[in-house]
Amino acid sequence: MNIRYSSDRWLPKLVLSPTLAASLVFVYGFILITVALSFTESRLLPNWEWAGVERYAELFDNDRFWVSAKNLAIFGTLFIGISLVVGLVIAILLDQKIRGEGFLRAIYLYPMALSFIVTGNAWKWLLNPGLGLERIVQQWGWTSFTFDWLVNPDRAIYTVVIAGVWQSSGFAMALFLAGLRGVDSEIIKAAKVDGASLPTIYRRIIIPSLRPVFFSVTLILAHIAIKSFDLVMALTGGGPGTASDVPAIFMYQFSFTRGQLGVGAASAVMMLMTIVAVMVPLMYAEARSGRER
Amino acid sequence: MNRAGRFLLYAALVSTAFYALAPMWVMLSTSLKTLDEIREGSLIAAPHAPTIEPWLKAWGTACSGVRCEGLKPFFLNSLLMTIPAVLISTLVGALNGYALTHWRFRGSDFLFTALLVGCFIPFQVVLLPMARLLGAVGISDSVFGLIFVHVVYGLAFTTLFFRNYYIGVPGELVKAARVDGAGFFTIFQRILLPISGPIFMVCVIWQFTQIWNDFLFGVVFAGSDSQPVTVALNNLVRTSTGVKEYNVDMAAAIIAALPTLLVYIVAGKYFVRGLTAGAVKG
Amino acid sequence: MASLGIHNIRKIYPNGVEVLKGINLDIADGEFLILVGGSGCGKSTLLNMIAGLEPVTEGEITIGGKRVNDLPPKDRDIAMVFQSYALYPSMSVRQNIAFGLSLRKVPKAEQEATIARVAKLLQIEPLLDRKPAQLSGGQRQRVAMGRALAREPQIFLFDEPLSNLDAKLRVEMRSEIKLLHKRLGITTVYVTHDQIEAMTLGDKIAVMKDGVVQQFGTPDEIYNRPVNTFVAGFMGSPPMNLIPATLAINDGKLCAEVTVGPTGSKRVHLPLFGFDTSTLDTLTSTGSSVLLGLRPEHLTDTGRSNGMTANLTVPVDLAEPTGADTLIFITLGGARCIARLHPTAVAGRDEVELVVDTSAAVVFDRHTQEAIAFARV
Ligand SMILES: Nc1ncnc2c1ncn2[C@@H]1O[C@H](COP(=O)(O)OP(=O)(O)OP(=O)(O)O)[C@@H](O)[C@H]1O
Ligand SMILES: [Mg+2]
Repeated sequence: MNIRYSSDRWLPKLVLSPTLAASLVFVYGFILITVALSFTESRLLPNWEWAGVERYAELFDNDRFWVSAKNLAIFGTLFIGISLVVGLVIAILLDQKIRGEGFLRAIYLYPMALSFIVTGNAWKWLLNPGLGLERIVQQWGWTSFTFDWLVNPDRAIYTVVIAGVWQSSGFAMALFLAGLRGVDSEIIKAAKVDGASLPTIYRRIIIPSLRPVFFSVTLILAHIAIKSFDLVMALTGGGPGTASDVPAIFMYQFSFTRGQLGVGAASAVMMLMTIVAVMVPLMYAEARSGRER
Repeated sequence: MNRAGRFLLYAALVSTAFYALAPMWVMLSTSLKTLDEIREGSLIAAPHAPTIEPWLKAWGTACSGVRCEGLKPFFLNSLLMTIPAVLISTLVGALNGYALTHWRFRGSDFLFTALLVGCFIPFQVVLLPMARLLGAVGISDSVFGLIFVHVVYGLAFTTLFFRNYYIGVPGELVKAARVDGAGFFTIFQRILLPISGPIFMVCVIWQFTQIWNDFLFGVVFAGSDSQPVTVALNNLVRTSTGVKEYNVDMAAAIIAALPTLLVYIVAGKYFVRGLTAGAVKG
Repeated sequence: MASLGIHNIRKIYPNGVEVLKGINLDIADGEFLILVGGSGCGKSTLLNMIAGLEPVTEGEITIGGKRVNDLPPKDRDIAMVFQSYALYPSMSVRQNIAFGLSLRKVPKAEQEATIARVAKLLQIEPLLDRKPAQLSGGQRQRVAMGRALAREPQIFLFDEPLSNLDAKLRVEMRSEIKLLHKRLGITTVYVTHDQIEAMTLGDKIAVMKDGVVQQFGTPDEIYNRPVNTFVAGFMGSPPMNLIPATLAINDGKLCAEVTVGPTGSKRVHLPLFGFDTSTLDTLTSTGSSVLLGLRPEHLTDTGRSNGMTANLTVPVDLAEPTGADTLIFITLGGARCIARLHPTAVAGRDEVELVVDTSAAVVFDRHTQEAIAFARV
């Protein structure tokens, strides 16, 4: 091949090479290092003595890890499920030639601009058992009303769901709405001519054609859920006790405050595995249906 | 649809809007109340006698950890970190997307797929080696370290945005420019850049919100002097000196959220539009 | 201005597909070369390689006798018009035309003069300050042409420049291009699907199939002496009829034996005038079956007969009036054939008498599909 002529031959490669190098070192290389660390005796400092699966054994023996895994499962399922439903429903409602649609859309979407730290603090205040929602309802006359989820170990994780859904369903709505607008209007007209009612058109024609949007929204939400760290930190701090712990907090605390690098690395590897386990089937299914289409 | 249906529709939409706005309203009104009014009044009521004391305190004198200078220094840290990181990652992403679509070579598609993995990893899996590296190079505890980290891990996203946009630009456009005598950078600057407005919007908004709102990298990699505002906010809320000042907490939270809110209000509509829009047809 | 040489050019794309399999074409300074061929046969690829937009896998390209394989597009001194026009969307028409000039550091005043000249030539003066999005298809095409004409390159490359235009505009632009070429005399390579464009514009035509040049010659050669059935079928509309026939000697004359009509029950012997019988001796002795290539205008009504023709009465399957002529569908040798008649010769008849101009026929081998004999005339 001609590498001889003109800078245009090698310039594109040169332009890409820093990114490629960064990706090789800081993504692939660092993942390998983390995996390697998880098989060593590392505690407070990296210690490259081989330890086999000891760190994983420690991890799996740790009740806190299982609590955080269970919390992630609860949070992830509810957060993704509710955000999808809320986002889709609002998008469909907004799609009915609404007056002031742009304004409403902006209102639904703005929480997306906020940091999870801000969201967490806002909801922490709203759900404050003494001064928040509980007191309003009591002031409205329902004096026996209690709402103590924030400090109730069995309920704390659900407050994370509430705040997470509040922040993310607007984003889901925006993507769904864009998808709805992309549906070929002639297909809808054809269905109307065929005598289909509006709900039927949505159920049988429009929503099925939003499949790729479902895919990308689910992917993004799953990603947010598995990484979720700041929201929990700000809202419950993982508490009460460790009741609302999630793997991201577990990883952070073991790695950076408890001097358990090996266990921290092992938990990070488990997080990566979880993402792979969620993403790969999703992408596979999407790629397959993409080919069929 | 009949009138009752229409009414229900609007009722549902408006109440959802109230639900979306409520937390912001509560934060705002709380931040303008005195502590007494907070204790006695109602959570959702507007302040009787608005005071900006909590805002001044949150900005200038509240304690975050051991420093009692409010959010101001950290807000500046965030600006110093976010602006260069957004600009660098966006520009490099644009060049990457351009090279990957209009200057393909053997393996360029594979390279793109390999870069894409960076969008999906949980950052926890790179935290430990990165902390070591930044320490070894001597830029941990500095804004430079944070800029570096945000650029490195933002590139996958910015490259993805621009690649998906530029793939819609007809290849003949670039070929025509090459026949006209333009080279790699001239074509980028004269042909591609002028039609990249929408995707630049998307990319800048995305990166700005991501980097400004980041907490994880901030808390792990920043020193006490280089903390971004999110970390400082978290510390401020957790630092208790006697009585808990909810009004100051809320004012601080709004301050930390202001830049992204502003970006969103000014340019938010371009975000969704740009995300779903294709490139210009030739 | 310069000659163009394409020698043993092969192209293998990075995905391993061999798109061009050894192309050889030579055209002289000022000639107009037409590339035709089915979709995906590699025409654009070849054009891109001449332009320097795709690296050459193997072989040599010369411009003005100089090897240019390793020259980037900007140093080859070519101008190109793309099928999609590829106008720069962010620039006005004026800037589009000036872009190549400014990159070549042409002085401002000279640029202005060139823009004025080109705009006048192509009648796009009122459009100069518009953006491409504000132009119609035909206007865009003219701007794309103007961008190429702004420079006086060694070679013009056109990739189906008229295929997005409507029929009327296409005819206008076709003669416009022909005039331009006559005036400027710049060597041109022109890709098209349209055989009328090919026949009217080209000094030379190269017919391509699957990355191989099937025939390279003048329009007359391509039309009248196609080297194989692909070329015969590709040029001409409707295409050349390929009639399954058997060669025989009848009354001491060389004949093609052909069945007539849908049932095939009738058999006729068409004398083949003007053929060099010696080339066919070996075939006729074995009674070999061939394909007799005859263009529709050589299967016509009595009004146009001459001394080298045979007469033939055939049933009409279907008649299609096109205005100037009427096309009739008939069955010869079991194959669907088309004859071109004067409208009055058909009017409501079930059977017509055709005059077959066998002196214009081509004989193809039925297995290899290659031409084995032409009439001498
Ligand atoms: N960049 C590429 N990589 C791999 N294969 C390619 C590439 N470009 C073209 N091809 C393949 O090469 C073959 C020839 O393409 P080319 O564009 O030259 O055809 P063409 O003759 O111009 O067709 P058309 O008349 O449809 O424009 C096609 O099969 C095409 O799929
Ligand atoms: Mg082509």
